[in-house]
Amino acid sequence: MKYEKRTPELRLKLEGWRSRFVLVLALAGFALLVGRAFYLQGMDTSFLQAKGEQRYGRVIELAASRGPVKDRNGHPLAISTPVESIWVSPDDVEADAAKVRALARVLDLDPSELRQKIASKDRQFVYLKRQISPERAARVMAMRIPGVFEQREYRRYYPAGALMAHVVGFTGVDDNGQEGVELAEQERLAGTPGSRRVIRDRKGRIVEDVESVRAPRDGEEVDLAVDERLQYIAHRELKAAVAAHHAKGGSLVILDARTGEILALVNMPDFNPNNRADLTPRQTRNRSVTDLFEPGSTMKPFTIAAALDDGIVKPDTVIDTAPGWMKIGGWPIHDSHPHGLLTVAQVIQKSSNIGTAKIMLREPRERMGTLFRDLGFGVAPRIGFPGAAKGLLRPWTEWRPVEQATIAYGQGISVSLLQLARAYTIFTNEGRLLPLSLLKRDSAPIGRPLVSARTAREVTRMLESVVEPGGTAPLAAVPGYRVAGKTGTALKPENGRYVEGKYVSSFVGFGPVSEPRFIVAVMIDEPEGLRNFGGDVAAPVFAAVMGSALRMLSIPPDAPQTLNVKALERGEVEASAHGAGGPG
Amino acid sequence: MGRVNALLLAALIACALGVITSQHRARKLFADLDAEQASARKLGEEWTQLQIEQGTWATHKRVEAVASRQLGMRFAEPDTTVIIDSAGVPAAAAPRRP
Repeated sequence: MKYEKRTPELRLKLEGWRSRFVLVLALAGFALLVGRAFYLQGMDTSFLQAKGEQRYGRVIELAASRGPVKDRNGHPLAISTPVESIWVSPDDVEADAAKVRALARVLDLDPSELRQKIASKDRQFVYLKRQISPERAARVMAMRIPGVFEQREYRRYYPAGALMAHVVGFTGVDDNGQEGVELAEQERLAGTPGSRRVIRDRKGRIVEDVESVRAPRDGEEVDLAVDERLQYIAHRELKAAVAAHHAKGGSLVILDARTGEILALVNMPDFNPNNRADLTPRQTRNRSVTDLFEPGSTMKPFTIAAALDDGIVKPDTVIDTAPGWMKIGGWPIHDSHPHGLLTVAQVIQKSSNIGTAKIMLREPRERMGTLFRDLGFGVAPRIGFPGAAKGLLRPWTEWRPVEQATIAYGQGISVSLLQLARAYTIFTNEGRLLPLSLLKRDSAPIGRPLVSARTAREVTRMLESVVEPGGTAPLAAVPGYRVAGKTGTALKPENGRYVEGKYVSSFVGFGPVSEPRFIVAVMIDEPEGLRNFGGDVAAPVFAAVMGSALRMLSIPPDAPQTLNVKALERGEVEASAHGAGGPG
Repeated sequence: MGRVNALLLAALIACALGVITSQHRARKLFADLDAEQASARKLGEEWTQLQIEQGTWATHKRVEAVASRQLGMRFAEPDTTVIIDSAGVPAAAAPRRP
């Protein structure tokens, strides 16, 4: 017991309860742990499972691509292709000056600008460059700079370029339609991104698909009624005409005469949808749909059709148009040339304002007001195009006599080119007005009867005489085919007054007459020079487009005798040679 | 009793190993599937790019330029055209001529 003597502390005797107390505390601690473990493992299992899943599970976003837009033959007009956007999380970026310079070189950025972007420490997410090619993005990612990430996006390409610009429109950087079909069909084209939950292994490979949270849905394909080949012809000819006449602009529409489908729709000036850096509203405006103009004489056939239909006149009824001007309610109206006595057919052929006005005034206002509205004037066409103009047609109850007379020859009424082209479907479709369609149709619609088939045939005959020698538009004739149409020239109203020298020159026609396939409507805005009558400016464009379109689609000529006589002679020679060699 | 237990233990271990192997194989197959799906996506993307490329090469403007400049082609003018009907006879009937 030497120790006890030397160390008096050991002599102290501890009380027994103290050690037991510590033991109880320790046991209680264990019990608590066991209980907690039991609770976590057996009762509240989701907590630990969630923690575990955080370590190996991931929810992956699945991008959906926007649907393509195709023409009626399946040629792609708008198509989405993946691109990458490079972004940084400035806090996490670790890059020395050399790396920043290399990065700037790959991204084609200014190094100081890049440094500035990386230095914006108050932000978590900064785009360095959006929408670069996957190859370039791969080069960026190969540099393995921490804090630099890529993000998959889809970019829209328009293989047809300016050709289809106004029809197809374009999308913004967020892949939402902003113009044209891209906007009109946004809901069908847009895809819905999906997501799924997966398990990743140590190397980041996905090893198990836990659940599909939401399946991605790609956008639908939209098939337009437009035919790229016809669109090309229309674009080429309109562009040439607008340039040749130094015009401010122009539009051209081709409709399928039997189905009301829009086969081509071109406006000048145009733009390249793939490069929209300096785009002006002047270029993007879809003039044939949104712009209004006074149709002028292209309205006359409807007035005449109504009068024929109501039995007020017959094609050979004689109208006295002398002396080339008249007054209605104190207002003078006049013809460009005095014509004297004209038959109703000649009123159309010579495009007499007086004659048309006189016929119009025999009709009740209500009849004409209703017919024009039924033809779609003053009503926005339902084709889904953004900003389709209604046009201006005052209610017939407010018409004054002079107004009724001028509307008959297309003044005091404004229409869009598309409305005008559509109204002509009554002549190609036995008096029935067809609804328009921007999208490909499976079957021809019936159409709404507005005039009798006989009237439609009679007016067609008159319209055919317009392009024959003696009519106002012999330049609209197409060799080999029978075509019909009507010129229009109208002064442009500016601030409520007509401005001398500022014209809109138009031509609307169809062909082949024996079995109409196309309606072509041309409008040239403010052509320069003296030859600014519809017959001189717009009619040749019609002839070029109609001729090329008919040949392009191999539509047999219904008037081969109007082809050059030389061909006939050669044809006969070849035919006899064929006859001699053949069995018959 | 001891024997049965040993037997059951062996069966248990065998089953456990089986589960492990099949789970491993499933994951491996899934990784393969995922890789294939990724390559399918990639091919799809390439297809869209090829479509764009084809569209760019085949624009009417370019085709027309190549046809007229490089190949020296031109449109058949009306006076070099003969229309024949389905029987092979020129449709332009002679009586209509002056």
